[in-house]
Amino acid sequence: MTAGPTAPTIGSEARPTLGRGFRLQWEPAQSAHVLLYPEGMVKLNASAGEILKRCDGAKTVAEIVSDLEAAFATQGLEKDVRSFMGIALERRWLEIPE
Amino acid sequence: MTPAEPRAPGGAAAVQPGGSARVGNPGPPLWLLCELTYTCPLHCVFCYNPVDFARSEQELSTEEWLRVLREGRQLGAVQLGLSGGEPLTRDDLEIIVAEAHKLGYYINLITSGIGLTEARIQALKAAGLDHIQLSFQDSTREVNDFLSSTRTFELKSKVAALIKKYDYPMVLNVVLHRLNIDHVQQILEMAQSMHAEYVELANTQYYGWAWHNREQLLPSQEQLRRAEEVTQRFRERAGQKMKVFFVVPDYFERRPKPCMNGLGSVFLTVTPDGTALPCHAARMLPGLSFPNVKNSSVEWIWRDSEGFNHFRGDSWMKEPCRSCPEKTKDFGGCRCQAYLMTGDAANADPVCDKSPHHHLVTEMVARANQPRPAPSEAPRAEKPLVFRDRKNSISLLR
Repeated sequence: MTAGPTAPTIGSEARPTLGRGFRLQWEPAQSAHVLLYPEGMVKLNASAGEILKRCDGAKTVAEIVSDLEAAFATQGLEKDVRSFMGIALERRWLEIPE
Repeated sequence: MTPAEPRAPGGAAAVQPGGSARVGNPGPPLWLLCELTYTCPLHCVFCYNPVDFARSEQELSTEEWLRVLREGRQLGAVQLGLSGGEPLTRDDLEIIVAEAHKLGYYINLITSGIGLTEARIQALKAAGLDHIQLSFQDSTREVNDFLSSTRTFELKSKVAALIKKYDYPMVLNVVLHRLNIDHVQQILEMAQSMHAEYVELANTQYYGWAWHNREQLLPSQEQLRRAEEVTQRFRERAGQKMKVFFVVPDYFERRPKPCMNGLGSVFLTVTPDGTALPCHAARMLPGLSFPNVKNSSVEWIWRDSEGFNHFRGDSWMKEPCRSCPEKTKDFGGCRCQAYLMTGDAANADPVCDKSPHHHLVTEMVARANQPRPAPSEAPRAEKPLVFRDRKNSISLLR
C-alpha cells in the first residue's frame, strides 16, 4: 500500500479511533483481523491489524508507535505507522475525534 | 415472463442430502443474506424478488433463522444482510438481530423504512444492529407521482431523522429506471435535505419483477448520460459531505459484472421459506436443485450441495468464456442474466461483447433509445407495468 499524494497527515498527539460504523474483529475462519463496515469488509494484513486494534481514541499516535515498538521488539516504526494512518483516515477507517 | 425454452444444464446430476457434489475446497460464505419474508407494504415494479413468490411456502420460524445464523457463523460468515420483502414486518426481527450480534456478525438492515418507529429503532440499536440502508422506493401506483408523493417523502424524512438520532450513518439507496432517472437532481437534493452521508443511485438490475417490466424500465443512453452529468456536477458542488455512488446498468457495458464473485464463492442467500441460493436471483435457474435449511445443515449446503457446486470454479464454462483470459476477473458474468436472455445459464453473460448473444443486449438498448410517448398520453399503446403484489404473482403463475 502506498500513500497517495492527497493522504492526510496525522500529528503525533492525535488520538485516532475507528470511523463511525466501522468494526474491527479477529476472524478465525480467515486467520486475520477484518474491518467491517456497512455492506463491506476489508481483510487486513498483520501489521494493519496490529495498528488499528490500538486506535481506541484514548492513545496518541506517539503512544501507539511506542506500544508497537515494544510489542515487536523493534524501533523506527513511526514513519510507516503514520503513513498507514494517513491512508486509513482517507478511507474513513479512522477518524480523529474533535 | 418470457424465457426461452428452459434447458437443463449439461450433465448435472442431482445429489441427495448426504452425498457430495463438492468442487474444490470452498472458502467461507463471508456474506449471508437472510431474506426474512416476502411480505412487503410496497409493490415496486423493479423488485428483484421472484415473480412467483406467491408460490413460496411457509416462512422459517424464529428458531430456524437462529439456527441458520449459528451454522453460518460457524462456517465463517461475518457480513449479514437482513432483507426481504420488508424485514420489519417480522416481529421477531429484534430477536434475530440480538442473536446475530451475539455471534459476531456485522448486521445490515435493508429496509424501506416503513414500520421503523422510534420504539423499534431503539430496540434494534439495543440488540446490536450495525447499519441501516434506507431504500427510497416508488411506493405509489401512479408513477408520475414518484417525487411529488409527499406521504412517502414525509415518512422517509422522519425515518432519516431517527437514523441520525440513533447515530447510524445515513445511507440512502435509490433505484433508478426510465421513469425516474430524469429526476436525479431532485433526488440528490432530497438526499441532501435528509443529511444523507452516502447515496447510492443504483440503476435497476433486470431480474424478477424488473425483468418482467424491462421494456418500460430500461432508460435510454441519453437519459443515462444526462443523469451521470447531473450527478457529477452535484458531486463537485456538494463536496465530500455526501458521497454519491452511481451504478450504471450493465446493459450499457461491454464486459459483464463479476456477479457474486462467482457463484458459491463468498455469497449465501436464504429465502423466506428456507431455500438456500448462491445468489438471490438464482432460484430461476432450471435443472438445479437448491437445498433447504429445513432439512440440511448450512455446512452441507455450502460445501456439498449440487446447487452450490454446479457453477463453482470454471469447469462449467463454455466458449467464449472457457478460453478467455478475463474469466478469472468476471467469472463469465451473471448466470441468471445468461439464462434469462439466452435460455442457457452456462452461456457467457450476453452483456459481454465477446458473447455471440451480445446483440440481444444491444437490441434492447436500441429499443430503449427510441423515443416513446409519455405514459399518460398513450396509456393503452404500451404494455402496462406490472406491480409486485400477491395478486399479480398468482396470475403470473398461470
